[in-house]
Amino acid sequence: MSLNENSFSVVSAQKLGLTFETGDGPVHALSNVDLEVKKGDFVSFIGPSGCGKTTFLRVIADLEKATSGDIRVNGMTPEEARKARSYGYVFQAPALYPWRTIENNIALPLEIMGYTAADRKARIERTLDLVNLSGFGKKYPWQLSGGMQQRASIARALAFDADLLLMDEPFGALDEIVRDHLNEQLLKLWARTQKTICFVTHSIPEAVYLSTKIVVMSPRPGRVTDVIESTLPKERPLEIRETPEFLAIAHRVREGLRAGHSYEE
Amino acid sequence: MTAMNKARLHFWWQSWQGALALLLSLAALATLPLLADAPEPYNPITMFSVFLLTIAAAVCALLPLPGMLVAITLFVCTHLSAAMLIAGLAGNEGKATGALYMLVAADWLLAWRCVSLLSSVRTRSKSLDGLLRLIIPAIFGAWILILWEVATRGAGIPFILLPPPSSIAARIATSLPILWADVQQTIFKAVLAGYILGSGAGFLTAILADRFTFLRRGLMPIGNLMSALPIIGVAPIMVMWFGFDWQSKAAVVTVMTFFPMLVNTVAGLSAAGTMERDLMRSYAADYRQTLLKLRLPAAMPFIFNALKINSTLALIGAIVAEFFGTPIVGMGFRISTEIGRMNVDMVWAEIAVAALAGSVFYGVVALGERATTFWHPSNRGG
Repeated sequence: MSLNENSFSVVSAQKLGLTFETGDGPVHALSNVDLEVKKGDFVSFIGPSGCGKTTFLRVIADLEKATSGDIRVNGMTPEEARKARSYGYVFQAPALYPWRTIENNIALPLEIMGYTAADRKARIERTLDLVNLSGFGKKYPWQLSGGMQQRASIARALAFDADLLLMDEPFGALDEIVRDHLNEQLLKLWARTQKTICFVTHSIPEAVYLSTKIVVMSPRPGRVTDVIESTLPKERPLEIRETPEFLAIAHRVREGLRAGHSYEE
Repeated sequence: MTAMNKARLHFWWQSWQGALALLLSLAALATLPLLADAPEPYNPITMFSVFLLTIAAAVCALLPLPGMLVAITLFVCTHLSAAMLIAGLAGNEGKATGALYMLVAADWLLAWRCVSLLSSVRTRSKSLDGLLRLIIPAIFGAWILILWEVATRGAGIPFILLPPPSSIAARIATSLPILWADVQQTIFKAVLAGYILGSGAGFLTAILADRFTFLRRGLMPIGNLMSALPIIGVAPIMVMWFGFDWQSKAAVVTVMTFFPMLVNTVAGLSAAGTMERDLMRSYAADYRQTLLKLRLPAAMPFIFNALKINSTLALIGAIVAEFFGTPIVGMGFRISTEIGRMNVDMVWAEIAVAALAGSVFYGVVALGERATTFWHPSNRGG
């Protein structure tokens, strides 16, 4: 992690707050969030539902606007960053367009951003290979399994030149075995592409397995309760989840979650 | 042994039509003649053939033979026998007896059995499947016409009330040039022009209403109000505005088809999911890109819904609008004048042509829908 210490800050939030005005009065989705995400980091956001982890990701993506504090993405406001197409976003569901084939779904951002046809073709091929979907380009999304669809949506987010990948519980709807497999692939992909990844999850093993930095959040109001720098090596086989080091980090995450969450409610 | 008994029982249950048909034809035989005091009674050879065909078909339906063989035998026998019965009815209107109706009922039951056999046939070839898909509804349709013919001629129903289908068909055959001129006037000019103008204008207005909030706020409630109005009532006004020729009918069709398209397209444009829209926003896509690449494709099922509704509305609008003044050609004109001259067969001929044209129109739109919205869960099947 020493490599990252002086490197460029991709996301930097100071005293960030977001309040939704609802019929039942204001809801504090985020309050006083301070956070730095460095270039090349794999940051997981973990916490119970309502802790604002998805909201925070959506603020980075300029899909929501913060109501107080300051946030910079690649040194710009989120809106400028979005207009500069600085990030790829992977949603909870694949959100592939059913009238487009897989390769045309991957071509969608490329068409919008004005890449040439030849460039599009090369990028589709490369990203399909990255997510192990070569040969499925001509299929329609509804002809593939849920795991394959989600991989296609990751390919779509990787197709254009954004260094930041925002992932909102991308594997939440998949079963454990597929999920393990995709986690392993995601780590390899992260190593190959050198992207910065912000990853929202509610699974402790997933967060510990994937991340260089784990942000533990708690609800009412949504806030950061702990930031854990992972001591695990960059090379992580699935078996690493049995090691004492892994379990120690998982324990600290669990403690952080418990501290922030009062079960008496 | 028991399995075989069960199979046999099952078989008997399956062909209860055969058993009933046999009973009916025997009853008909016992209560001859087929026509009472007929000027031109059936000749003995025809009578013999009709009974032979019907009884043979009924027996065939009861025997444990291969399904396809039975179906073909039933198809040939019942239709031959029905054709001979109908041929002998002409000139003997109102003279049919219970025996004749029983015989026709027997044939009808056997044709029913034939259809149920055909619809349970599994074929391996696609073309044969397609043929079956055509034959089964064709037999259904044929029997509606056969029963209609037998009822009108057999019971001597007055021509003015309901002419038999054979005289409607004869009228169609002798009036082809007139019918063709009417189709050209009403469908190729009024319906198509109005349909394209109305649907196109509704579509463009929906896009504008989507783009500009003030239009959506102001126009949509009025659109909903207008779509509830009986728009056919504006037909006389359109004749005043646009004259007697097809332009005034096209105007009525335009007004009728405008609002269904407007309302459906506006609904369709909000059919895309929030996640899909967020995706477009994350790409910093502009309004035009989001519209073309997401919202219009997602709206296609709604748009085709409107196109299908409009295909029937347009035909109704054009025909009824012609009741309020036309040059001396057009389907609506023909219907309104011929009914006044008691030429009911011509009215029915126009109705048949309109039904055919309407079905073709609808079918073309439905084909376009299948090609465009193949991805929609309701169309994915095949």
